[in-house]
Amino acid sequence: MELDSAMLSRLLTSLTLGFHIIFATLGVGVPLLISLAEWIGIKRNDPYYTLLARRWARGFVVTVAVGVVTGTAIGLQLSLLWPNFMQLAGQVISLPLFLETFAFFFEAIFLGIYLYTWDRFKKPIYHWLISIPVVIGSTLSAVFISTVNAFMNSPQGFDMVDGVLTNIQPLAAMFNPATPTKVGHVVMSAYLTSAIVLAAITAFHMLKGKRSTYYRKALKLTMTAGFIFAIGTAVIGDFSGKYLAEYQPSKLAAAEWHFETSENADLVVGGFLNDETNEVKYGLVLPNFLSILAHGDPNAEVMGLDQVPEDEVPPLYIHYLFDGMVGIGMFLAALTFFFVIALRLKRFNTENKWFLRLIVLAGPLSVLAIEFGWIFSEVGRQPWILWDIMRTGHAATSANGVGWMFVLFLLLYIVLGTLCVTVLRKMFKTNPAENELEEIARKK
Amino acid sequence: MDIQLLGITVLWVFLYGYLITASIDFGAGFFAYYGELTGRDHIINKIISRYLSPVWEVTNVFFVFFFVGLVGFFPDTAYYYGTALLVPGSIAIILLAIRGSFYAFGNYGAKKSRVYTFLYGVTGLLIPASLSTALTLSEGGFIEEVNGEVKFLAGELFSSFYSWSVVLLAIVSVLFISAAFLTYYASRANDEPALELLRKYALFWSAPTILSSILVFVALQQHNSVHFERTLDYAWFFIASLFCFLIATYLIFQRKRYGTAFIFVMLQFFFAFFGYGISHLPWILYDHITIYSGYTNETTGVYLVIAFIAGLCLLVPSLVLLMRLFLFDAEYVKGNKS
Ligand code: HDD
Ligand code: HEM
Ligand code: HEM
Repeated sequence: MELDSAMLSRLLTSLTLGFHIIFATLGVGVPLLISLAEWIGIKRNDPYYTLLARRWARGFVVTVAVGVVTGTAIGLQLSLLWPNFMQLAGQVISLPLFLETFAFFFEAIFLGIYLYTWDRFKKPIYHWLISIPVVIGSTLSAVFISTVNAFMNSPQGFDMVDGVLTNIQPLAAMFNPATPTKVGHVVMSAYLTSAIVLAAITAFHMLKGKRSTYYRKALKLTMTAGFIFAIGTAVIGDFSGKYLAEYQPSKLAAAEWHFETSENADLVVGGFLNDETNEVKYGLVLPNFLSILAHGDPNAEVMGLDQVPEDEVPPLYIHYLFDGMVGIGMFLAALTFFFVIALRLKRFNTENKWFLRLIVLAGPLSVLAIEFGWIFSEVGRQPWILWDIMRTGHAATSANGVGWMFVLFLLLYIVLGTLCVTVLRKMFKTNPAENELEEIARKK
Repeated sequence: MDIQLLGITVLWVFLYGYLITASIDFGAGFFAYYGELTGRDHIINKIISRYLSPVWEVTNVFFVFFFVGLVGFFPDTAYYYGTALLVPGSIAIILLAIRGSFYAFGNYGAKKSRVYTFLYGVTGLLIPASLSTALTLSEGGFIEEVNGEVKFLAGELFSSFYSWSVVLLAIVSVLFISAAFLTYYASRANDEPALELLRKYALFWSAPTILSSILVFVALQQHNSVHFERTLDYAWFFIASLFCFLIATYLIFQRKRYGTAFIFVMLQFFFAFFGYGISHLPWILYDHITIYSGYTNETTGVYLVIAFIAGLCLLVPSLVLLMRLFLFDAEYVKGNKS
């Protein structure tokens, strides 16, 4: 690996995006859950849910701040690190990027209003109404930015003549073949992750012995929502696989270590690869499953890496990332499913210590799945920054000093990450839910 | 009006929006820190946080809007500025990140810490200084293209009289705009001690804004005489600006109508900023990009304008709502509503 400007730009982009998406994902999903909790609170006249919404919103202010500043960083870094890419692709995809800023604007305005008007309206429902533009705004930011990323995977909406773009159609570029699955999967997995992270925090408190109605209701809401989102994520994930098979077969083949084009292709889970012989050891082989994942038909032919020019094969380690993401997805679906069933049957104790521990574990795992998914998707696109059109190495800046900037940003994110966690913990420690629960009890 | 001109005007309006809202924010940070140093923080900090808490994210979006829009309408700017500004741009990002997140950590999170206030105050001055260099660069002479490679002449920038005069103007203006606004906000809140203090700050920083803008003109004449000549063609903008400044300062001095005074401060900067912008045209970056050469293709341009108009229909009512709730609601300003 040579540490030239292009490599360093890739590292710095990965660093910033890898950090931003944690907060961005929560920024997309948490408003939905806050809004849901507040709505249930109003509908059922249940102060516990209202308190949930309030406390989540208080924590959200802190994570949003980190999301906003890191988002501003990546927004500027796109031009700073990839000036050639932005000059070319900017001709086509500036529309969704521009629309995204409107979504931010919309979200920022109503978030400001939402956070500071809890007791200002006569009817609580007015306050809840303000949460709707926040939910719409944050989800739309994810939608628009995902269309940009979809465009990079499946560019269309222009003709390339001697390196010059002509016949540009911004809408066709935005609504490219990758858009439906990309947008759907990103949004759904953001909702899922947010629900699971909130469930994990609740379970963590319950493990510490706080087992009041408040926590039970929180767990019920987040895990039930999590179940729906987990199913959604898995279903759309399956469609994403089918998209890859059709439009980016080399990415899929690399992820599945599928070397030879064949019918009735088997799916390999895990395992070790022998670099010389391309043989896989210790993998779990699921017969015909790759044909099903790729085309929904056990007999279908799946393209292998033998059809891909050698210098266009993506790094093969993405196999583990894909398996990690899918594995976590299955785990989350099973966990939430079990919870929902147990709640229905009332025969199994969902407050079992081991079960709560699994929920706590699910929190960091779901964030990990987001990271795995993105790295898989981005590294799997290599060597292209614009699929089949522009190579990553040709897009990077020619400026010096990227290495130093990498060090500076690394330090920045370490500080921001640490402080964010410390501040959140302090915030909820100095004002535990129990204080506010007492108030509710007194009012009753 | 051709579409290129429309595009740059829209962007300039948003940059103006950022100039005003961010100056209030940046200056407030400095005053908060200065207040703490001199033991007067209890007087003004409540006013500052009541205004800033709901709006700081909106301020940031003005900035995001500007640079995303600039790269959208004029993709060549990504190429030139992107390459040239890697180091200064990254430093500005880091400062912005520290400032934004520390504000949230300090204000919403646990109790206040001296370190947060310090960083919050210092970045309030450093950020305008570093962002203003982007405008300095646009005057040409600091970016060179040799054999298709863009080079940033950092040495030239640091040894340039013009560049330092712009930095000075940026800092002084931030403090003046901020003090003028907070004076108004304190008067709405009927907070006498804060009003007295902030009014003093506003008056203190008034004359330096004019002096430093004169300095910028002198420096511009040396640095880019073409642009300087053009500013003379639009002299009435700058005269109007001076006129508004005099009214604003007079009102604040007379302890009268602080709201009107702040509107005149906004007009003062409006005229100066647009006078500067118009005389700069058609160049975006002297000798490299004009609004015509750097323009995106026609189709994308039209879509961007449509998106902009649709977006505006959504934003303007929302912004009005925000202002009514937090700026013009006397009860909130006084701290009687949460
Ligand atoms: C909680 C997070 C999460 C979970 C549980 C899953 N995914 Fe995922 N996946 C993502 C989060 C994610 C992501 C971070 O959102 C990605 C990265 C890029 C993208 O489009 O979405 C992604 C990408 C991604 C792609 C690549 C799309 C592309 O490169 O264009 C495929 C094929 C799948 N996923 C398939 C699945 C399947 C079959 C799952 C089965 C359960 C699954 N994902 C669970
Ligand atoms: C190239 C990739 C990306 C860019 C350029 C980008 C840009 C930005 C910018 C500029 C901001 C700050 C906006 C403000 O000032 O309010 C931001 C925040 C945000 N971004 Fe990203 N972003 C990227 C990836 C993503 C992804 C993948 C998602 C969704 C999964 C996302 C969702 C959000 C959300 C919801 C916010 C609002 C802040 C928050 O709630 O945390 N972004 N982003
Ligand atoms: C227009 C915008 C984008 C550009 C120019 C871009 C470009 C790149 C490049 C060149 C890499 C390095 C890949 C490698 O070294 O193998 C990368 C990695 C990455 N990108 Fe993107 N990307 C963009 C959009 C996005 C979006 C919207 C996301 C979602 C948040 C994203 C998430 C990631 C992640 C997580 C990595 C890390 C992969 C790794 O560790 O190498 N990117 N991006």
